[in-house]
Amino acid sequence: MSTPNTAKPKTPKALHTKPVDIDQSHAEVAHNDAHHDTAGHGTVKSYLIGFILSVILTAIPFGLTMAHMLPASSLIPVVVAIGVVQILVHLYFFLHMNTSSSQMWNNAAFVFTVLIVGILIVGSLWVMYHLNTNMMPGMMPVE
Amino acid sequence: MSKPANPVDHYENQIDSAYDHNPNDAHHAGDHHDEGPKVTLGFWIYLMSDCILFASIFAGYAVLKDATAGGPNGRELFDLNYVAIETALLLISSLTYGMAMISMEANKLKGVIGWLAMTALCGLGFMGMEIYEFAHLIHEGAGPDRSAFLSAFFTLVGTHGLHVTSGLIWMGAMFVHLFKRGLTPANRIRMMTLSLFWHFLDIIWIGVFTIVYLMGAA
Amino acid sequence: MLTHAEPAAHAASTADVSPLVAFLFGKLRLDSIPWHEPIIMIAGGGMVGAAVLVVALITYFKQWKYLWTEWLTSVDHKKIGAMYIILALIMLLRGFADALLMRTQQALASNGGAGYLPPDHFDQIFSAHGVIMIFFMAMPFVIGLMNVVMPLQIGARDVAFPYLNSMSFWLTAAGAILINVSLVVGEFSHAGWLAYPPLSEIEFSPGVGTDYYIWALQISGLGTLLSGVNLIATIFKMRAPGMTLMRMPVFTWTTLAANMLIVAAFPILTVTLAMLGADRYLGMHFFTNDGGGNAMMYVNLIWAWGHPEVYILVLPAFGIFSEVVATFSRKRLFGYDAMVYATLCICVLSFIVWLHHFFTMGAGANVNAFFGIATMIISIPTGVKIFNWLFTMYRGRVRLELPMLWTLGFIITFVIGGMTGVLLAVPGADYVLHNSVFLIAHFHNVIIGGVVFGCIAGLNYWFPKAFGFKLHTGLGKVSFWCWLIGFWVAFLPLYALGLMGMTRRLDFMNNPVWHVYLIVALCGALLIFVGILAQIAQIVYSIWKRDELRDLTGDPWDARTLEWATSSPPPFYNFAVVPKVGNHDAFWDAKQTGTAYVQPKSYEPIHMPHNTYSGFLIGIVSAGLGFGLVWHIWWMAGGALLVMIGLGIAHTFNENRDYYVPAEEVKAIEDAHFANLKAAGLAKAGQPVKAGK
Repeated sequence: MSTPNTAKPKTPKALHTKPVDIDQSHAEVAHNDAHHDTAGHGTVKSYLIGFILSVILTAIPFGLTMAHMLPASSLIPVVVAIGVVQILVHLYFFLHMNTSSSQMWNNAAFVFTVLIVGILIVGSLWVMYHLNTNMMPGMMPVE
Repeated sequence: MSKPANPVDHYENQIDSAYDHNPNDAHHAGDHHDEGPKVTLGFWIYLMSDCILFASIFAGYAVLKDATAGGPNGRELFDLNYVAIETALLLISSLTYGMAMISMEANKLKGVIGWLAMTALCGLGFMGMEIYEFAHLIHEGAGPDRSAFLSAFFTLVGTHGLHVTSGLIWMGAMFVHLFKRGLTPANRIRMMTLSLFWHFLDIIWIGVFTIVYLMGAA
Repeated sequence: MLTHAEPAAHAASTADVSPLVAFLFGKLRLDSIPWHEPIIMIAGGGMVGAAVLVVALITYFKQWKYLWTEWLTSVDHKKIGAMYIILALIMLLRGFADALLMRTQQALASNGGAGYLPPDHFDQIFSAHGVIMIFFMAMPFVIGLMNVVMPLQIGARDVAFPYLNSMSFWLTAAGAILINVSLVVGEFSHAGWLAYPPLSEIEFSPGVGTDYYIWALQISGLGTLLSGVNLIATIFKMRAPGMTLMRMPVFTWTTLAANMLIVAAFPILTVTLAMLGADRYLGMHFFTNDGGGNAMMYVNLIWAWGHPEVYILVLPAFGIFSEVVATFSRKRLFGYDAMVYATLCICVLSFIVWLHHFFTMGAGANVNAFFGIATMIISIPTGVKIFNWLFTMYRGRVRLELPMLWTLGFIITFVIGGMTGVLLAVPGADYVLHNSVFLIAHFHNVIIGGVVFGCIAGLNYWFPKAFGFKLHTGLGKVSFWCWLIGFWVAFLPLYALGLMGMTRRLDFMNNPVWHVYLIVALCGALLIFVGILAQIAQIVYSIWKRDELRDLTGDPWDARTLEWATSSPPPFYNFAVVPKVGNHDAFWDAKQTGTAYVQPKSYEPIHMPHNTYSGFLIGIVSAGLGFGLVWHIWWMAGGALLVMIGLGIAHTFNENRDYYVPAEEVKAIEDAHFANLKAAGLAKAGQPVKAGK
């Protein structure tokens, strides 16, 4: 970052003096390498692979649904499963999520988020299903 | 690193990288130079929170999807061909944004701007299609005030659209930043966070087309 | 605003006004202000009078420049934290005034009398009381303490994103401004603190009250969310070298957990309120009676936020007690690891108990059983914490300073509140007690006993750190005993009344049996009022006598964590040299090993952020956005939104964000501090000295 500062440290070397005793905190304090930080970078190849996989994983569910080849009861699980796979593809190839130690916090946050999202959606559906069944029997959809 | 605008920048970049490789340096904790990892982590946490925002809307949609109140349902309303084109636009924009990031790695400012412009065009195309779809539905009498199902539909898809619009505004500002200063470290961080944002919106869209359009039409 | 409007304005009260007036003022008319309501006019007059007085005083003492450069535009986490706490204390007065009004009304209107508050006004008061106390008293208080203390505890020089921090505060302040404007201009929501539909829908609440509610919470909620992101990034990325996760002070841990909950839960609130807003503004049907809407879903979603919110408030309070107990028992906290794991357990469990707020809505036996058991399970980690505090005190050298008094009061009060909570977790019992004042007594028992006592303990504990002098002990004790006794006198009768069948939110009840209990409860509320007055007196008196209460060592309590290793008040850069952490209780460790109070031979320049007015302006303009939306003044809302976006983007073009503090300036500040330490017999320059205790 360009910082038009007035008082510059005169001796760059003095800025990183003696190495501090490095204990187990090392992994936690995170490798702050600007080039391998939270979101890494892909290559042309990895982006293209991700793109082609996404195209395939988009085309299949659209095709299945538009062709009406499967009954809804089996189509929906298939479509959802392919959607989940495609999300994983995006996370890996476009958002560059991986298991490197520099991404520990990103991954931890992601796992926590998935957990909460699951609780929220499944819990809401469960609770609302029972509420609707018990309290509004006349208004249940007649499908 | 990009060509430093002046020796001061260059000098600071050197300090940056010195810190980057020495995280336990005594200056590390209080120093504002190591913005990159901090900003990307902070932005990632924001995205996680945005994820839960969408999850709440998805939960609302899932509860209300059959509450059509005698109005049209998804099967009658959705045109999957149209949605497929919208999806294609977003997918292509993800690829072009990836190319912009690769140009940035190669320090090719023109490449970054070119690919970013293509990304923005795809995003604009997507928004145009979505606005047309909304206008069409409202014109047909299937507006958000018709039924709870349509309220949830418009809110879910509209919230995604609002995010895409924010991304487009951000890209507008990004162009000015890039033209003004080139690939400075600050602009690299901005490109990186915008990249996370843009790809994240694509993931949300996967959820939208799967749960709303495909399951609705199934 | 209306006085010099167009000639057409005098006809504003009639239904059809000129298009120009409708465009300029939306739904706002002169008679939107309740001129005929003496109570509102007096309260509003008092508020406006106080504001005018403050402005006059600032002008008289020529402090505008100081205020602007040192506070309003500050990005210093300590000052932002202090402003959060000032906001919380002001809103405590407002919220408590509402409480007194309600207690008085119920006492007057339970024995044949009608009381003095019309039902509509009473409904607004209990709604405002809940909203203000949770969102604008408790939240700013805990976020303020986190802001002041947490970066100091981890040895950082500021939070991760100082500018964002400033913006977060001013967004919160904007929400508070909107709530207070609603007192005089228009009305506030009368639909309770969570605004359940269908009552809060446009059909049953056509006024602007619910809109004030929605926008005040949306704006301040955005601020809270951004602050959560900021503090998490701070903890993850800015700890001093050597401070591993399991060496972090417990308050930092609970700050982390609370902010994880903020980031995970507040989006749910945003969505729920947005859906309600969509119903009201765009004619949608999320929660309406017709169109397929489902009001039960609102209840479901808002509690999916609401229960984590409870822990967002109380976890930081638990952290405060942990610090206080360890310091004033002069022992390391008992069971640090258990404390950390209990905190994280609560963090996850708090997301699977929300249905216990609506057992009676009828989800059935399976669902109720699951959530009932989950609720009972969540009390286990809380119980673990209680035992940890008790065992820390056991065989410790307990000093009954003010923070410790509040902690003891908390333990006794909170345990009883917790037990009534476990009782309510039994769905069968809840069917009897739901919506009764037993519930009111329960949650006040945990929120006052837990959060408020915790915040006041934290205020007394960290005030000398933030301002350099202690708070007066005698007045503090008066305040403590009035609060503690007042609390029990006020809420024990409510437990009894709840068991006798009294439901909450009654503005009128002709039941002589209840009357005497309500009189007692009013007396308790008055006693708490004395406690609050004593607290204000304590702060004012301490400022007046600050030279006698001054602490020059930076460590008035002989404490254990890093925030006490720097001077009081800390310099704006917090630490001249970032401390190295080798153990738990880093500062205690340094005092024991003799590495504390050693002045380094030389200093280096320190990199610090510049102040910026951008966050302040965005916050203030967002109040305009809310006001425009509430009154359907679209030009104002749209304009404000554009200005906010413009300011935000313009800020990204500000390249002059940070600077270096020259080493000489650091040395001058530190020399003064070490001179004080030397005078106190604690330090000699360049030579390690053992702590003087």
